[in-house]
Amino acid sequence: MNPGTHAEALLRNKRIVRGGDGSGYPLDPAAVALPPESRPEILLQAENLLVRRGGATVLDIPAFDVHPGELLALIGPNGAGKSTLLLTLACLLKPSRGRFSFNGREIDAGRGDVEYRRRIAMVFQEPLLFDATVFDNVAAGLKIRGMGREEIGRVVPGYLELFGIAHLTKRSARKLSGGEAQRTSLARAFVTKPEIVFLDEPFSALDPPTREALIGDFERIIRETHTTAVASTHDQTEALRLADRMAVMNGGKIVQIGPVAEVINRPADGFVASFVGVETVLPGRVLRSSDGVFTAAVEGGEIQAVGHLRPGERVLCCIRPEHVTLSTNIPPPGTSARNAFPGTIRKITPLGLFNRVLLNCGFDLVAYVTRQSLETLSLEEGKRVIASFKATAVHVIPRQEPRQT
Amino acid sequence: MNLIIEGIQKAFFLIFTLDAEVLGITLLSLQVSGTATLISLFIGISVGTAVALSRFPGRQLVVSLINTGMGLPPVVVGLFVAIFLWRNGPLGFLEILYTPTAIILAQAVIATPIVTGITLASIQNLPVNLRLQILALGATRVQMVWLLVKEARLPLLAAVMAGFGGIISEVGASIMVGGNIRGYSRVLTTATVMETGRGNFDVAIALSIILMLLAFFVNAILTQIQQRERPR
Repeated sequence: MNPGTHAEALLRNKRIVRGGDGSGYPLDPAAVALPPESRPEILLQAENLLVRRGGATVLDIPAFDVHPGELLALIGPNGAGKSTLLLTLACLLKPSRGRFSFNGREIDAGRGDVEYRRRIAMVFQEPLLFDATVFDNVAAGLKIRGMGREEIGRVVPGYLELFGIAHLTKRSARKLSGGEAQRTSLARAFVTKPEIVFLDEPFSALDPPTREALIGDFERIIRETHTTAVASTHDQTEALRLADRMAVMNGGKIVQIGPVAEVINRPADGFVASFVGVETVLPGRVLRSSDGVFTAAVEGGEIQAVGHLRPGERVLCCIRPEHVTLSTNIPPPGTSARNAFPGTIRKITPLGLFNRVLLNCGFDLVAYVTRQSLETLSLEEGKRVIASFKATAVHVIPRQEPRQT
Repeated sequence: MNLIIEGIQKAFFLIFTLDAEVLGITLLSLQVSGTATLISLFIGISVGTAVALSRFPGRQLVVSLINTGMGLPPVVVGLFVAIFLWRNGPLGFLEILYTPTAIILAQAVIATPIVTGITLASIQNLPVNLRLQILALGATRVQMVWLLVKEARLPLLAAVMAGFGGIISEVGASIMVGGNIRGYSRVLTTATVMETGRGNFDVAIALSIILMLLAFFVNAILTQIQQRERPR
């Protein structure tokens, strides 16, 4: 199996619409779900959000909305503004300008709106637990809301169970492992039945096995509780697995937002392409075009792609590594791939279940192959192979002509 | 050498026979320093937390002043409190100079910067995002401050120990504003100074031992609480 299908399988298997009323509690969806027609179309809506720090603009979002029941992933490099956006939406950071509404109600941006903050929850990268037992940590939000001890005693154990930390009830938070601490932090957020949860890279500080287990549980819980969530991450796979929509941020702006499949397969520009895992981005110029297929000259070769572009137009040709097939036959038999390039394997990097193969085909091209394919084709560094991909696998981004100086 | 041995023998005699005067002095010392510590805790924790959580022009200067205040010489405090409480002074109308209340005031002035400084450092040492996390849990500002102080309770116990330890053993301010009046404003430290001056070393040694035991027991109790709370 081409490892590219790993990402596609995730896309196929993930939920498209989570639904529910966003109350997230109790855990029986049928008990809480509102009929679709009574759900608001937009749960959280922000307009003209601007955050300035030290004279510099760190967040500039003209419009942003979150739909009920969805998980929206914010991805981008460090300093892109993901955390600032989350803090602003969670009413923990006062924007220099802008407004936002929740369920149609205008929110007092900044830290004044206690009522709003009691309807949301936020989970940070660090668990930020209190120096108390796991039970007391999970109960913290309920105590803040003035819930009685008896009721807390009834509600909390269910969430300890849900997040797999029931056996740690009486343990001091200071004695927890990273994964256990983050589970406690998540349970503390979910126990208050938030209508929306903001998560700031909640899994990034964990080691891979712990992270994998926690993401699995989180995915299950967020489905069961129908909680709307906005989560920042720099991990594309995590976003693929969990999110319904994805917003790519850079320099305090949202560069592209849309359904995950759309952002992954049709990145808006070179930055988004490189960030969402399109490992091959080749600048080129259209040479000829006919019947919806054009040929573009890129450094070291010519690529065929789909699109109505005129000769001379400048383009970026984006090729996802999972769309590249490697073979040792020349030419590959029985294939509809219109692009085939002989090349030399420069580097093979194991990435867990599959391998990243960097080829020199006159230009750099990256392919993902399984361990089995690696063995079957006897692939090794320095070996000559044929790399092929379909014209339809090339995502084309038109480029502006450079400005005359 | 005999002087010391005799002094220690006399000390234990005074302690175990519960000498009325020594007992009175000890209780007054505890009462005065305990009250001053409570006042300094109330002011110090409030001011320390407020400064730790706020940003304002001149904050750095305020922090420097608090840190300087942590090493305030008791005699200087005694001098200024005496001037303030003097008959013609700004607070002369209170007529509390040479009373236990004046000693409490002076000792509170000495302990407050110590408690403020340690509180400030303790709150500032909490994780930066903890404040935001507490607010995100739905806390009001007052709840947030309370939870932060609660979270810094172990270092704050150190503030209590430092504050109490600093004033139970100070003598300069107590003698200047308390007057060391027998049966009224005489505390362990002022009595020790007086008895030493008179050459009554046995009594002075007895008072010193009591003073050290007092400081030891109070700190031992607080340390016990602190260590029990500490994660193991």
